[in-house]
Amino acid sequence: MHLTEQTKTAVTVRVGIVTFPGSLDDDDAARAVARAGGEPVRLWHADRGLHGVDAVILPGGFSYGDYLRTGAIARFAPVMSDLVPAARAGLPVLGICNGFQILCEAHLLPGALTRNAGLHFVNRDQRLRIEGTRTLWTDQYTPGQEIVIPLKSGEGRYVADAATLRDLADGGRVIARYLGIDPNGSVGGIAGIANAEGSVVGLMPHPEHAIDTLTGPGADGLGFFGSLISSVTARLVRG
Amino acid sequence: MNGHAGPRADGGAVSTRVAGAARTGPDTVECAVATPDRVQPYAELGLDAGEYDRIRAILHRRPTDAELAIYSVMWSEHCSYKSSKVHLRRLAAKMPRSDALLAGMGQNAGVVDVGAGYAVTFKIESHNHPSYVEPHQGAATGVGGIVRDILAMGARPVAVMDSLRFGPADAPDTRRVLPGVVSGISFYGNCLGLPNIGGELAFDACYAGNPLVNALCVGVMRHADLKLAAASGPGNKVILFGARTGPDGIGGASVLASATFGDAILGSGAKRPSVQVGDPFMEKLLVECSLELFSAGIITGIQDLGAAGVSCATAELAAAGTGGMRVELDAVPLRDTSLGPAEILMSESQERMMAVTEPGSVAEFMRICAKWDVPATVIGEVTATGRLVMIWHGDVVVDIPPGTAADEGPVYDRPARRPASQDALVADDPAALPRPADGDGLRDTLLALAGSPDLAAKTWVTQQYDRYVRGNTVLATPEDAGVLRIDEESGFGVALATDGNARYTRLDPYAGAQLALAEACRNVAATGARPIAATNCLNFGSPEEPAVMWQFAEAVRGLGDACVTLGVPVTGGNVSFYNQTEHAAIHPTPVVGVLGVHDDVCDRVSIGFASPGASIVLLGETRPEFGGSAWAHVMHGHLGGRPPRVNLVAERQLILTLMAAAAAAMLDAAHDLSDGGLGVALAESCLRGGLGCRVRLPGDPFVWLFSESAARALVAVRPGCEAAFARLCADHGVPAMVLGTVGGDSLDVEACFAVPLTELADVHERTLPAVFG
Repeated sequence: MHLTEQTKTAVTVRVGIVTFPGSLDDDDAARAVARAGGEPVRLWHADRGLHGVDAVILPGGFSYGDYLRTGAIARFAPVMSDLVPAARAGLPVLGICNGFQILCEAHLLPGALTRNAGLHFVNRDQRLRIEGTRTLWTDQYTPGQEIVIPLKSGEGRYVADAATLRDLADGGRVIARYLGIDPNGSVGGIAGIANAEGSVVGLMPHPEHAIDTLTGPGADGLGFFGSLISSVTARLVRG
Repeated sequence: MNGHAGPRADGGAVSTRVAGAARTGPDTVECAVATPDRVQPYAELGLDAGEYDRIRAILHRRPTDAELAIYSVMWSEHCSYKSSKVHLRRLAAKMPRSDALLAGMGQNAGVVDVGAGYAVTFKIESHNHPSYVEPHQGAATGVGGIVRDILAMGARPVAVMDSLRFGPADAPDTRRVLPGVVSGISFYGNCLGLPNIGGELAFDACYAGNPLVNALCVGVMRHADLKLAAASGPGNKVILFGARTGPDGIGGASVLASATFGDAILGSGAKRPSVQVGDPFMEKLLVECSLELFSAGIITGIQDLGAAGVSCATAELAAAGTGGMRVELDAVPLRDTSLGPAEILMSESQERMMAVTEPGSVAEFMRICAKWDVPATVIGEVTATGRLVMIWHGDVVVDIPPGTAADEGPVYDRPARRPASQDALVADDPAALPRPADGDGLRDTLLALAGSPDLAAKTWVTQQYDRYVRGNTVLATPEDAGVLRIDEESGFGVALATDGNARYTRLDPYAGAQLALAEACRNVAATGARPIAATNCLNFGSPEEPAVMWQFAEAVRGLGDACVTLGVPVTGGNVSFYNQTEHAAIHPTPVVGVLGVHDDVCDRVSIGFASPGASIVLLGETRPEFGGSAWAHVMHGHLGGRPPRVNLVAERQLILTLMAAAAAAMLDAAHDLSDGGLGVALAESCLRGGLGCRVRLPGDPFVWLFSESAARALVAVRPGCEAAFARLCADHGVPAMVLGTVGGDSLDVEACFAVPLTELADVHERTLPAVFG
């Protein structure tokens, strides 16, 4: 891990990363947290307790195989019994891909993710426009900023009823929309949303795969982790 | 085994030992002794009369149903390599000696010391026949099987690749088979969490009805973690872990993969149940569970369950270890409790592994399996008897020397004869075919090639695969080779490419196999890596046809000789015979995978033109060589003449030059020249990097653009490095010709034609979506 001393501050932000059976991008999320200056803390689906972490990431993958409905079983994992109330009480949570699906199943975020319009799994370097930047996970971006991060999912088509969509739009809670090619038929091109408090964010594309030009299309994804770490650091320093 | 176990009451049937023809209970050794003349269905199971007699001679009695099941699968072409063994032994004997080889041919997969304390294991394997019968599950379980092979060596699987061949792209059957195969690979590999970093996709009428689905997996371990498949230490426990055993895939190896498809059999649907069903989620758990078992240090021996399931795992573990094993077949956890012993032994249910552990470690073993929700059951123990004994309901149903099933199967030196028609094929030189006469004709030819299914963009396929998972993918399709980072601190990594040109091999099997190895090495070196080892998947027609056997023998001989010259040993692989319908065999298709090493993946070189002003240099010698070329195939539907001349010394010098130039950071881009020659390579480099180029050709532009002379590559040299690069080429004796520069938004061939990149991109990218949706 490239955990550089310069980026570590007096307080270290500890970010829990949950591994469910079938989680796949947990190592990648941990690497991204470390690259952004945080300390990744691995959490196991079957354990209770959050070990005092400052934030949690639900990583991509196919939890429990996702044979039923994506995220439908993970929602009932023991670790979720502690995570859901903590998130409701303000703990920052980022759900990436399968993590976004789990957050919707757990009703921490509204709406649902369904089969891609094209019916195929789609892996592409996806252009996004960042919209909502008043969340703990996006405040290092500027509104309207265009970024490229990988999308890789078979069930990434976001759907919600009209009232929910209106709430999301009015509240600045759509954090990113797809640009260019419509990859999956999401309503309004929605790629990610936040809760009303801006602490819980779900994102279909994978910022943890865009932390450098060696292994990703660029470093555009680092801002999600950097935003979280700087906002939590500020809060911790303020006490 | 259709119904030989007979109906029994669920789970608790008492074996009734009846001397005679009655089938009220499973066949036991005692029964076999008492009824020596009972007629047995050996032919249905793929054994011939001579092989059946040999089993009787080994056992000094007739085999039981369960023993017959074991021998039929273990002596199948798929498991025993009975038609290929004499040739593969010669290949193994010829391999350059290498201290880097930690495990070679004959193991589950070859293991190579790549330096820095790491060992890499990789292997390519076919799943051709199942993928034709049921494309989605056939391809999915092909991925699952090769991943378990790699896991069984003690390594963490880190990436997969696929080499695919189908009938004509627009043939109705291809539209059934290809999308199913791609969705199967996508479903299994993505859910398992392995990046798909490359491979091949080609189309030819010869694969209609006989598609090729070859899956490669690569794994990484520390030296000390190497595991071998052997059951040693009497009293040690044998544990079956992973999925439960069901009735799927029974006879997959013996029947499906070891015989020619006939319409009569397929039409009846009799072989359909032979295809297994995959559960990638269980495989993911099995991978993580096995890795934790390895690191706990409690595995004495391990074997994956692939073709021939429990039969193969028990026989091979026992034969390679102390020599004896006693197995309680009743203990095997079943998904379908009506299965009898023979069916349990033949089942190819997926996602299963077998391990040997000391009695004192069983509790720890079970704890780790429980953590990962992986069912695990002690089914037997290692013995010093030299016999593989299996018990069913208290009766002995198997009692054989395990080596006779695992290692001492029949070996055939089948007749091989160069077919008389080969002369006419070679004499049919493409020199006589009409060629484009002017710039417009050359332009049309380039666009036709760039848009032909073989050479068109493969995005429709590869965007269904996750290439990012695990976060170490440095290069992936459409690059010349996949490149993976292994060590985040040092940047140490590996490169992998698979190649095979069946048209070349059809024209000259000896040269074709050599060209496949050379191309794969070139592709790996183009990224800057040092090629160090090879694996191969040899796809051929029926070994019972002397013409096919000649192709096979020549290809293996050619491959071996090329390995020696290039200093790259074959470490393992797979043979797939019977890829033919009636008497129409596929083109001989040896697919070669080459592993290369990067000291620092930050030095990797892409195929894409990325820097305006970089100087474009063609390396190697260009001759008018069109036999088996993409031009002859696409423009004229022609196959004849001789393949490009093989010059392995020139290949080696080119490889050394590419490696040295990459290490010295002289190159902005490097691209191997193969199908479609310089013209297609220029097009691909322009499209990949999003920049055009302007080149001037020194002679007949048709020959320069479309010849497929081997030992060539295209590079873009960084401004300021031109002189040093020229010296490097001269030092290595590699011809280097400056053709032009990178820049602009079109592919411009001076005095011939120019194609805007937008037009080129459209032609290149629309082909596969237009056919497959």
